[in-house]
Amino acid sequence: MAVGQFAQQDLQRRAMLLTALYIAQEQYGYLTKEAIERVAERLGMSPGEVFETASFYSMYRAKPTGRYLIQVCEGLSCHLAGGAENLLEYLENKLGIKPGETTPDGLFTLQTVQCLAACGNSPAMRINDTLYTNLNFERVDSILDELRGG
Amino acid sequence: MFEPILLKRAALPQSQSIEVYMANGGYQALEKALREYTPDELIEMMKKSKLRGRGGAGFPAGLKWSFMPKGDDIPKFLCVNTDEGEPGTFKDRELIEKDPHQVIEGTIIAAYAVGAHRAFVYIRGEFFQGFKSWIKAIAEAYEKGFLGKNILGSGFSLDISVHRGAGAYICGEETALIESLEGHRGEPRLKPPYPAQKGYLGYPTLVHNVETLANVPHIVLNGAEWFASIGTEQSTGPKIFCVSGHVFRRGVYELPLGTPLSEIIYEYAGGVPGGKKIKAVIPGGASTPLVTPENIDVTMDFESLAAIGSALGTGAIIVLDEDTCMVDVARRTARFFAHESCGKCTPCRVGSGRILAILERIEAGNGQPGDVERLRSLCDGIAGHTFCPLGDALVAPIRSSLNLFADEYEYHIKHGRCIRAA
Repeated sequence: MAVGQFAQQDLQRRAMLLTALYIAQEQYGYLTKEAIERVAERLGMSPGEVFETASFYSMYRAKPTGRYLIQVCEGLSCHLAGGAENLLEYLENKLGIKPGETTPDGLFTLQTVQCLAACGNSPAMRINDTLYTNLNFERVDSILDELRGG
Repeated sequence: MFEPILLKRAALPQSQSIEVYMANGGYQALEKALREYTPDELIEMMKKSKLRGRGGAGFPAGLKWSFMPKGDDIPKFLCVNTDEGEPGTFKDRELIEKDPHQVIEGTIIAAYAVGAHRAFVYIRGEFFQGFKSWIKAIAEAYEKGFLGKNILGSGFSLDISVHRGAGAYICGEETALIESLEGHRGEPRLKPPYPAQKGYLGYPTLVHNVETLANVPHIVLNGAEWFASIGTEQSTGPKIFCVSGHVFRRGVYELPLGTPLSEIIYEYAGGVPGGKKIKAVIPGGASTPLVTPENIDVTMDFESLAAIGSALGTGAIIVLDEDTCMVDVARRTARFFAHESCGKCTPCRVGSGRILAILERIEAGNGQPGDVERLRSLCDGIAGHTFCPLGDALVAPIRSSLNLFADEYEYHIKHGRCIRAA
């Protein structure tokens, strides 16, 4: 088969699923039933197949989250560097929520995650798509203040 | 003092731009490869360089290239594995954020050598900065004619697209990565067939780690003999070591393979804070067996670490000082692998959860007599009985911890607390 000929196959719709799920998640906030159904329809799949695949990946959310999703790295290196637990505890106290919970104003959701590949600059956390490293309490305060104001 | 090769440009301002890359020797290797070498000659060169994969398994790159079928009658693919996630490892993120063109150049050369006209970058979902970096660099490479049709008038064409993963460590395993690219759950396939025979959509596919590909332009420019002269007989070339844990200067250090572990820890990373002694070192990422102080001078290469029962892995060195609780380290390691077990095969899915539950109860002070034996038996049930290496990746560090620090486990179980608190 010539190179040009596999273009159709290459674009087989299923390969677009992960990307489509990201788009749907951004549009709907999380993967609602409607979001799953629309992705399924676009890609010629059943909603069950879409959900089955989506549920494998931790970055697709089946539940709503706050406007800012805070993910604190609890990997081994962050722990050894000291501060990963302190950071989590500090955030829990400051926001008044436990991991998995969202602040009542809907602004922040707290989660713990495994290694963020920031072991050289730990402790580390992600907020939405931004990685923050070399954290201390003062920096966390200013980051949260900025997000609250923004 | 070793002159960095892979991270040479990373310290320059705007190091990620194509202008800085080209002003510092970038894309000269591509031109040389396309003009002066046939694909077969490049495969020979790669074999002679003895470059081995930098993603953890250490498979010889030239051999991997030679497994790809010849000819243009079927489509062939290349995947750039940017799914870095082994705890302690942060080298590929550095390469992609600081010097993405070096990896793109290596990718184009590799694609030319194996006859692939389509390459996919699979990047970990969490690496948003790296994702943006890839997109920008690829666009720049297209603009300059290094990607697309008839690259530099050679008649060779290559397209690259970037695909985000979505939070699954297992997708760093090559067959799981391919499943994920195809839009499926990232569950590994049984091998054989290997991706070189049946990969993406069932077609031959070459999968390489970012750091492996970053070495390729340097081999083409300076020759296989030059590359093979760096490092040891069987482990050639530079390696980016990631040092974290109890050291003064955590970070990435590019050194020849074969550099002693003690030198990396004490001379480059500045030693252990507080003048403390080292209890153990994880030498190659969370999946590698522990190295104890009597082996601290081991040279960091594939063969020397294998000889002492450990592995080079990704070259991620995690230093544990004398006050570290080894049960806690094992528990955290087990938690990672139990969380990342994809669930496809029973020994890994059930075994990792059982191991974690036992370690958690020991750590919480509720260990039962016989727990150490239970852990050993669970390890025996997983090792060698899983589809992919994730099961073994969990078992190797747990077994080594049980063997080396049995007294700590027994103390925890008997007294309900850590020996350090005694």
